[in-house]
Amino acid sequence: MKLATLKLVACSVALAATPISGALAQSKPLRVGMTLSDVPTTSGQPNGGFEGYRMTGYTLYDALINWKLNDAKGPSTLVPGLATEWKVDPKDNTKWIFKLRKGVKFHDGSAFNADAVVWNLDKLFKKEAPQYDLRQTAQVRGRILSLKSWRKIDDETVELTTHAPDSSFPYQVTYVFYSSPAQWEKLGRDWNKFSQQPSGTGPFRLERLVPRERAELVRNPNYWDAKRVAKSQRIILLPIPEATTRASALLSGQVDFIEAPPPDFIPRLKSQGFVITSNVYPHFWPYFMSFREDSPWRDIRVRKAVNLAIDREGIVKILGGFAVPTRGIVDPSSPWFGKPAFQVKYDPAAAKKLLAEAGYSASKPLVLKVLVAPSGSGQMLPKPMNEYIQQNLKAVGINLELVTVDWEQVRNCRRAGAGSPACQGTHGVNNSSATVDPYSAFRRVYGSGSIPPNGFNHMYYKDPKVDQMFDKAFTTFDEKQRDQILAQAHAYLVDQAVDVWVVHDVGPRAMSSKVRGWVQARHWFQDLAPVYVAD
Amino acid sequence: MLYYLLRRIFYTIPIALGVSLVVFTLVHLAPGDPLSAVVGELDARMLAEMRASFGYDKPLYIQYFVWLGSVATGDLGYSMRSGAPVLGILTDAAANTMAIGVLASALGFSAGILAGMFSGYNHGTWLDKTVSSAAIAGVSMPHYWLAIILVIVFSVQFGWLPAMGFGSESSVFSWNTLRHMILPVLALAAIPCAVVARTTRACVMEILSMEFVEALRARGLSERRILWHVTRNALPVVLAVMGLQFAHLLGGSILVETVFSWPGTGYLLNLAIFDRDMPVLQGTILLLSMFFVFTNLVVDILQSWADPRVSRN
Repeated sequence: MKLATLKLVACSVALAATPISGALAQSKPLRVGMTLSDVPTTSGQPNGGFEGYRMTGYTLYDALINWKLNDAKGPSTLVPGLATEWKVDPKDNTKWIFKLRKGVKFHDGSAFNADAVVWNLDKLFKKEAPQYDLRQTAQVRGRILSLKSWRKIDDETVELTTHAPDSSFPYQVTYVFYSSPAQWEKLGRDWNKFSQQPSGTGPFRLERLVPRERAELVRNPNYWDAKRVAKSQRIILLPIPEATTRASALLSGQVDFIEAPPPDFIPRLKSQGFVITSNVYPHFWPYFMSFREDSPWRDIRVRKAVNLAIDREGIVKILGGFAVPTRGIVDPSSPWFGKPAFQVKYDPAAAKKLLAEAGYSASKPLVLKVLVAPSGSGQMLPKPMNEYIQQNLKAVGINLELVTVDWEQVRNCRRAGAGSPACQGTHGVNNSSATVDPYSAFRRVYGSGSIPPNGFNHMYYKDPKVDQMFDKAFTTFDEKQRDQILAQAHAYLVDQAVDVWVVHDVGPRAMSSKVRGWVQARHWFQDLAPVYVAD
Repeated sequence: MLYYLLRRIFYTIPIALGVSLVVFTLVHLAPGDPLSAVVGELDARMLAEMRASFGYDKPLYIQYFVWLGSVATGDLGYSMRSGAPVLGILTDAAANTMAIGVLASALGFSAGILAGMFSGYNHGTWLDKTVSSAAIAGVSMPHYWLAIILVIVFSVQFGWLPAMGFGSESSVFSWNTLRHMILPVLALAAIPCAVVARTTRACVMEILSMEFVEALRARGLSERRILWHVTRNALPVVLAVMGLQFAHLLGGSILVETVFSWPGTGYLLNLAIFDRDMPVLQGTILLLSMFFVFTNLVVDILQSWADPRVSRN
């Protein structure tokens, strides 16, 4: 009896001491199941990769230049955001002049102006500034490498200077969001407090944040872009990392919209009237292989043979149809695709022939080792995909050894470069890549100036011809001309078969049939402002 | 008894220090970079700069003593991911885990003891065999699998209970919050229920075969009084098992909490592991380890109360 009483008391004390956060009841919010384990940071630069940008980036904030995200048909393009126009100084191509939008207010009512731009750039890149925030810096510094300095010209004009002429700079500007200096001052110059009560210029403002549980965003009726004023009164972001739980939450009506439904749930979701959407976007799922001295990848016959040995349609089937076979780094609909001569397709006979020419045979098989992770951002379903490729390569006489490590190990290897200890003696790494902007798609990965520790040219790929084309493209300020040069560079890279190209993701989403206004742009970022749940 | 208590409490000091060293070493030996939680798309050069900014470029033993000094003053540091104080994050998560852990303990232990007593008293009958089979199934069944099955049956098929999350009410006593707790509690209670049932059954059977029970019967004691004696004798062993199970439950289950997106210590640990959020990881493991140490202390005290021979020895 004494023990039972003890237990009862313990239970009561424990339950009474349990703080459970409160919430206000709201009608018809849009409840979103994210794949992230936590709500992305809300103080300005979100973490959680591009899902973070989708959820607490473009909802709460704006960049000087935004993305056009209301079109599902073509690749997304740049549109004016907090800047109405921007141009490079014709006399000095390192200087960019941005005219700021008039009358924009932060959620706290303070004005957005040139001082706010300078303050925010100081926040990210000036270590001596009181508002400098290393955590925010870490999220964006690698995305806007060209930025050298910044200054206010007048209240509505700022000048940003790059280290060298760089025509891709406007793309880099899309990654920087603007937080309210007044709100930061009001909250005692404390970024932790700011993350609970952030103030941006976006179509939503944060009403409630419970870390690891939920973020509740409410509509900003005074949003500066009348066409993009939010349709939903409230959006609730819920971290649901477990795919089955995410789909179950949708099936049971606990959420209205989920990211990345598991492929084996999709037929059931469809049969129960849920809507599945997808669209190709700037992503590719490759193996980045080593071009260092001892690598078999230096032989173009090997590179082409591996690419020809992979049955991409078979992989798309494994993924329930939610992928597109790659033909190169970017999708053929991209203005940067060009006209490569080498066709990335499934042709095992040609692969065998090329391998024989390269001196490999059944008695002397080609052995490749690739570092892979069981999961990770943009990695789709890596285990069955890698095993399928392993079988494909085996069929043409290539022994592919998969060295499985966790996701962060893969990232470390990618960052440190081929041949580094982090890569554990492998020839390559399986790490999906974004091709959102010209710099991320090309120069950062294939430029010789980006070889570690200076960038993400993991492969140590060095080709003067490619560098020359990049130099020309990034100093060409006419967009069409630049795209043409990039298309030539892309075609050349495909002809060189620099990577093992497999598929592009199509970013499936599942939602209740009552969800309206969703347009899945061909982009990593998406716009939640027009989305709402109908009566 | 007092000497025994003081001695046990004194032992916790070297244990705590040892735990802190093991925790720190293991966390830093694990592959991955401690800055992974904050790095976005940084190249190796920028990463090195940032490593120096956070003090991760210093030798490990210096990092350990800096951390230990902070822990001794109650400062577990700040999350690399969010910048929030680790202590606050941990307190919130521990409270959430406690909410389901206490309920799962109450359910699992009471059902396990009742089933074990019943089974032990009716040894060899078909009821005993049924309980034993159920207990074996309960011990063998992966609880994350059970969690997924519970979600599919009760959330997806019948739509009776929410599949995940914490709800949005302000009170744990609200029906909405309790509804969110039912499935995690059931998933968590299965293993302790089965373990306690098996232990209780084995103890009851062993005690029933002892001569003193025959002697009690010969003296004409009622079965109810005999049951009390059997229970009292079985208690130390069952208590020890319950103590460990209780600590497991209150330590949080990474898998069950992740399946249900329940924001407790298990979920926090999972998040910290994947984000390489070292301060949160170290703080959480340290707290959970100390919780085990504390629970063992309480169980030892309870055991010595139930069986005075324990403290005499």
